[in-house]
Amino acid sequence: MKRSLALLELVRMALTILIALLIGYVFLLFSTKDVAEAFKWFLYGPLSSQRRFVEFLNNSVPLIMTGLALSLVFQARVFNIGAEGCLFFGGFGAMLAALEFPQLSVLHLIVTLLTAALFGAIWAFVPAILKAKWKASELVSSLMMNYIAYLLVLFLVNNYFRDKAAGALVSYRFPQTAWLATLTRYRLNSGFFIAVSVAILIGFLLYFTKYGYEIRVVGANKKFGFYTGINVVVTTFWVQLLAGALAGLAGGIELTAMYRRFVWQSLPGYGFDGIIVAILARNNPFLVIPSALFIAYLRVGANIMSRMMGLAPEVVIVIQSVMILLVTAEALLERFKKRIVEREAMKGE
Amino acid sequence: MSNFFQNFIDPAFWYSVLRVSTPLLFAVMAALVSSISGSINIGIEGMMLMAAFWGNVVGAFVKNPWIGLVAGVASAMAMSLLLAFSHLKLRVNLVIAGVALNLFGSGFTVFMLFALTGEKGTSASLGSQPIPRLDIPLLRDIPFLGKVLNNHNALTYLALISIFLVDYLIRKTPLGMRMRAVGENPDAATSVGVSVLRVKYLSLLLSGVFAGFAGAFLSMGYVSWFARDMTSGRGFIALAAQALGGNSAILGALGALLFGIAEATGFTLQSLRIPSEITNMIPFILTLVVLIIYARTRVRSHSRIQKI
Repeated sequence: MKRSLALLELVRMALTILIALLIGYVFLLFSTKDVAEAFKWFLYGPLSSQRRFVEFLNNSVPLIMTGLALSLVFQARVFNIGAEGCLFFGGFGAMLAALEFPQLSVLHLIVTLLTAALFGAIWAFVPAILKAKWKASELVSSLMMNYIAYLLVLFLVNNYFRDKAAGALVSYRFPQTAWLATLTRYRLNSGFFIAVSVAILIGFLLYFTKYGYEIRVVGANKKFGFYTGINVVVTTFWVQLLAGALAGLAGGIELTAMYRRFVWQSLPGYGFDGIIVAILARNNPFLVIPSALFIAYLRVGANIMSRMMGLAPEVVIVIQSVMILLVTAEALLERFKKRIVEREAMKGE
Repeated sequence: MSNFFQNFIDPAFWYSVLRVSTPLLFAVMAALVSSISGSINIGIEGMMLMAAFWGNVVGAFVKNPWIGLVAGVASAMAMSLLLAFSHLKLRVNLVIAGVALNLFGSGFTVFMLFALTGEKGTSASLGSQPIPRLDIPLLRDIPFLGKVLNNHNALTYLALISIFLVDYLIRKTPLGMRMRAVGENPDAATSVGVSVLRVKYLSLLLSGVFAGFAGAFLSMGYVSWFARDMTSGRGFIALAAQALGGNSAILGALGALLFGIAEATGFTLQSLRIPSEITNMIPFILTLVVLIIYARTRVRSHSRIQKI
């Protein structure tokens, strides 16, 4: 029975993706004459050259990290969607460490990345403490923190760290000691390996340790958790801080590997993409890796399509939102699920 | 600094408070009519964006702001139907559905904007059809109040009227009574023959109408173009303002005005050369503060009953 249920889940997933892509196709119908060509680039673009394939892998790095962050909070049934702000503030922290402590040499990169994680956690601290102390809605407060992070960081970077010689609104260049290596001539982000190892680590934490078990119990049934002696408030608090640190680290990795300056003038959106990554992965850290790869594939495909065809890549956001609705729709294909369960029950008699 | 305080006795300041409060007033009503029947509408932001986009674009194409307004409100209603269907029929978690709707609104409007105008920033190139301002004869002549209340966008007056309409709807009509019953105890409501599903559909749809007005005002009154993500968190700020006011439309409206005052004060500070990034933060920080105050009072009243 477990196997047929898993099969049904797979069918559902496939159906969801198919419907979402179909809707994306319809949208393209309205905006271009050559839909077939556009769709070809969308679906096949990331595979069309080595450079684009690397672009696709690079794109998955922040998505794995934010996907992990959101999986963690969703596992505990906390709707903290502040990953975007934590990532932005973490990127700012990385910039601070990279520019202010160049004398650290060998340790510089490590300190930079740790600072990014720390800044992410600091940013997550606000909604977490509001929730823990006064049960203030973490959803609203984390969203507000996203806007505040955006405005505050932009103010600080543009006024105090701006490289006036750069010709664009960016910070000073990081010293070389704070660079995260990029591999091959297509610049593969070595953060990919960090992200994958962190995903495995978090998966291990969640499914094989006491803390992970507590997080899952709190998520499954708060009252049960309370009566078995788990400190629900403390658990949800730390889960949010850990998620913030992961998102902050994502910002640090992205800047130290890909740009080596603070370059964002708008929110990059990885935190929001993390929501669909986590939902597709069913909040399972191990599944976050393929899920992030899939979303990165769609994103890069859409970018390539927009470069080749002059269309807006935002169609991928539409596709993602449809996917969120369909994947989380409990009633979808429920009849089949019921039938499988019933058949198994009859067998037992 | 004296400049700053003088500002508060200037009718122009209070005029601008009403102007910036208009979308918030509508959005608070949107939050209220859905929360009163027990469903929190996270998707207001996305509905507003949709309405702002379609209101402006349709208005520009048919060269008539009122048809634009209808189109904008209709698009927000379509979004709210999508939300209601996903939540009530497909049983998607309401919060997740709201988040998805916001993403959808953001992506869809930018995509369509680019398809229609070839630009990704604003729709200014389409030309604009703003909703007219009303010059009201008698009001015009009252000394201080005339300058504050007169010559606003027609939608600003509608926003003010809708506070009382919603208040009446919730407290005095049978439908409002059913909405409250469903919000407070759906089982009890069912037992006396109220269709919970229908009431929830209705209140989400009504929520879409108000969100539609809020969005349409942004692109056809507040400014006369559509800009990407132009709602900038107003839908969420409205949720906080509504929480502050509880189940009362009047108190919720006062909450919206509080945020309006904060925003208008931000503009004043900007004219005193305080960076816009800092002044733009004020409403968001105020939201956090409001959230804490609201949550504190609530925790205190509940703490004797429940420990978790």
